[in-house]
Amino acid sequence: MTMLQAVLLTIITASTPLLLAAVGELVVERAGVLNLGVEGMMAAGAMAAFAAGHYTGNPWAGVLAGALAGMIMVLPFAFLTQTLATNQVATGLALTLLGLGLSGLLGESFVGQPGVRLPRLHVPGLSDIPFIGPVVFSHDILVYASFALVAAVAWFLFGTRAGLILRAIGVNHAAAHALGYPVIKVRYAAILFGGALAGLAGAYLSLSYTPQWIENMTAGRGWIALALVVFATWRPLRVLGGAYLFGAVWIMGLYVQAAGFGVPSQLLTALPYIVTIVALVIISRNRTLTLTNTPASIGIPFVPDR
Amino acid sequence: MRKWKILAAAAALAMSAGLAHAADKFKAGFIYVGPIGDHGWSYQHNQGRLAVNKALGDAVQTTYLEKVGEGADAERALERLVRAGNKIIFATSFGYMETVLKVAKRHPEVKFEHATGYKRAANVATYSSRFYQGRYIIGQIAAKMSKKGMAGYIASFPIPEVVRGINAFLLGAQSVNPDFKLKVVWVNSWYDPGKEADAAKVLISQGADILTQHTDSSAPMQVAEEKGIHAFGQASDMIKFGPHAQLTAIIDNWGPYYVKRVKAAMDGTWKSTDTWGGLAEGMVVMAPYTNMPEDVKKMAEATQAAIKAGKLNPFAGPIYDQSGKLRAKKGEALDEGTLLGMNWYVKGVDDKLPK
Amino acid sequence: MIFVLEKREAPSPLWRWLSPLLAIALAVLAGAVMFAILGHDPAAALYVYFIEPLTSAWSIEELIVKATPLVMTGAGLAMAYRANVWNIGAEGQLIMGALAGSMIPILTPGWNDPLALLAMLILAAAGGALWGWIPAVLKNRFNANEILTSLMLVYVAQLFLDWLVRGPWRDPKGFNFPKSVTFEGWHVLPAISGRVHLGAILALLAVLILWWMLARMTYGFSVRVMGSAPRAGLFAGFSAQKTTTAAFLLSGALAGLAGISEVSGSIGQLQPSISPGYGFTAIIVAFLGRLSPLGALFAGLLLALTYLGGESAQLALNISDKVAQAFQGILLFFILASDTLVNYRFRRAASREGRT
Repeated sequence: MTMLQAVLLTIITASTPLLLAAVGELVVERAGVLNLGVEGMMAAGAMAAFAAGHYTGNPWAGVLAGALAGMIMVLPFAFLTQTLATNQVATGLALTLLGLGLSGLLGESFVGQPGVRLPRLHVPGLSDIPFIGPVVFSHDILVYASFALVAAVAWFLFGTRAGLILRAIGVNHAAAHALGYPVIKVRYAAILFGGALAGLAGAYLSLSYTPQWIENMTAGRGWIALALVVFATWRPLRVLGGAYLFGAVWIMGLYVQAAGFGVPSQLLTALPYIVTIVALVIISRNRTLTLTNTPASIGIPFVPDR
Repeated sequence: MRKWKILAAAAALAMSAGLAHAADKFKAGFIYVGPIGDHGWSYQHNQGRLAVNKALGDAVQTTYLEKVGEGADAERALERLVRAGNKIIFATSFGYMETVLKVAKRHPEVKFEHATGYKRAANVATYSSRFYQGRYIIGQIAAKMSKKGMAGYIASFPIPEVVRGINAFLLGAQSVNPDFKLKVVWVNSWYDPGKEADAAKVLISQGADILTQHTDSSAPMQVAEEKGIHAFGQASDMIKFGPHAQLTAIIDNWGPYYVKRVKAAMDGTWKSTDTWGGLAEGMVVMAPYTNMPEDVKKMAEATQAAIKAGKLNPFAGPIYDQSGKLRAKKGEALDEGTLLGMNWYVKGVDDKLPK
Repeated sequence: MIFVLEKREAPSPLWRWLSPLLAIALAVLAGAVMFAILGHDPAAALYVYFIEPLTSAWSIEELIVKATPLVMTGAGLAMAYRANVWNIGAEGQLIMGALAGSMIPILTPGWNDPLALLAMLILAAAGGALWGWIPAVLKNRFNANEILTSLMLVYVAQLFLDWLVRGPWRDPKGFNFPKSVTFEGWHVLPAISGRVHLGAILALLAVLILWWMLARMTYGFSVRVMGSAPRAGLFAGFSAQKTTTAAFLLSGALAGLAGISEVSGSIGQLQPSISPGYGFTAIIVAFLGRLSPLGALFAGLLLALTYLGGESAQLALNISDKVAQAFQGILLFFILASDTLVNYRFRRAASREGRT
């Protein structure tokens, strides 16, 4: 395997969980809901995926359990913010606490156990193409799913009527309600979708990235995913770009270290964050683009006035 | 209203019952910096606590607080353990040093034990492990087993303990193969499986065909297993994560020390000491040597025996640092003070230390 | 759905007071069930969690110590959020404040008098404000979303602190361990009682001053207007940019003060980790306190109580730290849900037309 192949493979692994969680959160935010609980749902997904894989020996059961756990975790958030119109920022942070706490508690007995690994695709012919084969056709299903989801979400949001409705609700929920659209129901659906994808991102961690469970194994990736949605100005393709930019700078930092140039490791570790800020600054200068894509009613609870 | 009274009474009763029951037992407390579910540093300290329970049975009662931050929270946690009646308290992270001294001063009747620190008092003892002895052995194994003559080292933070480990590893390797190369990646975390796995992959693609780590998770071991190369476990036996990859592991074994110190505190023979134990004291334990040819295993066992018997000092001269300066002459060894505050690399490390 | 929400014409003064009580009652109930399921005596667990920390002078002091940075940072954030400025990087501002304030004990150790302490506080506020100013500038000049920039700057600040204490600011006599010199004399915030230090008074002062500002000053007015009706605010001549800058400077400065008060008052030296996420918890504090400075005071104390309660439960009943964390989440859920009743009332859905 050449160095470039190895670099690309490592970047793909590092970027996939960010991408999965970010695409889910993007739909949530497009519907006008800000859910800061991604880290908690991701941890729950990772733990559930590990547990299901551990008990059944079947990684697919793990994938399913991860997505389900994310959806179950997000239910109280959905009920509180939608039905009871609570503050979304605070409720999301509470969800993070709950998710990290519960996953640590229920996962206690899995610590120190190796998990099952999600199988990698091997397509005879395709996977054997020199260079391209190993880089493109040798991943597990979740990597392809992350790309497919970006495409599907882009198509849904911008190519379907339902997507248009969802975006309309995110921009102005009062107007959407007046037109007769079911604001709360759509938001419930979006939140559950976001939960499922955050759970999948967690499942990727405990089934593929590092097939094991330890407490807090998400290590802040949920927060990065949140930031990436903003970075992408709520556009699916840009989320893809953002996740891979972050992943690439993150991995390159490790390469620069291994090369032994003597750059302080703290600076290299800080680089992905700094690069993301700089890239955002460059992107955001186009004000109209940002404005047209920002879901204006994000974070504002909606209660229909009759 | 009545319900509340009953509830309060029940609570008070439960509390006093609990206290009365606990009063006849000797109490030992522990604070951990990480979650006990980290399967690394804090996990191993908790195993040590469980060893105390096992060895001393009903005579002691141990309690712990996990995820205790090294700031204002540590002082409260220690004070709380004192107030809960603990007579000996183990503070298991370097960052608790000043806090332990502060609290110990207020409570001269309580014995404190601080891991990996260097400040003592009449009622504060320090203890640490000579992990570097194990690292010397695995360095030798690495040099024998590596085909490319290069190992990758996943490091956490540039503190003396970690630097010491890197140096001991390379000195061991150089004793077998003087041209052995070592690449280091700092992940700036004790505990981030994803990043540790990334670092492992990076090191492999840069030519390392053997991995060792000074971080907590078993993720690098899993990467080694997947890529079909060898690696060494850290803190605990990671053979489950790398049945074909693990050559051995350096295990933190705090149990014997904890049992000894709690016993001493119970029978009144406790003294403030500075313990820096290694293979000989059983504080560092090597996991079974696996996945290696018989001759390599023999060599590792011989080295282990020599270190244990005090015949071999990993930091015996001649030792040159990266700039080529002679740090220890032939026939001499680096002194304990230098080891304690080590902030330079030996010759041959392909990395620069932050100044 | 049988019941739906209906907005009250004005916030209910009754529920303003009743809702926290309802929340606590519900949380106690849920907690009892949870502890019972986990095999603990619910009454004892609840006593240890909520009451025991309040039964001794020692732990009340500890409560204040724990609440100090939360209240100070949370009150500042409340002001920012009121103006619709989304500073979620208070943790970074707290660290940079601590760093800036620590320059005096570390770089000019000889200057050790009350003035030095004052300078430390001023520098800390300036350091925090400066770190908060960056997202403000990026927002105003380049339109960059402050949620992202302020959050990313947290990691940068943490790593900068890490680099400093492992490198240039390391204690020369500290055997190369990652910590600065220990602060002494006037470099330490004086204690008031036990471990409670001057920082607690500063937090209280901050709350009172902010409360007064919100009620009286033009800034307070502009914050309220820009927050609730930005367009009206623009007509009235308030500038969105100036509001953003002011909100970030203010919340950053308070976070910075919280940072130095923690380092100088509680820890006594600079080290790689100085805050167990106070800046993030303070976001919860701000919202639990209904975005009022006085509310932040109560919310900060309540959250501090849950931390202390979680610890007592670990020690007294062997209840895992994770249970405490999960319970904290559940408690917050109940508080937030009960708060709904301040602004809304439930009504039978049957009489309603339209859809949800």
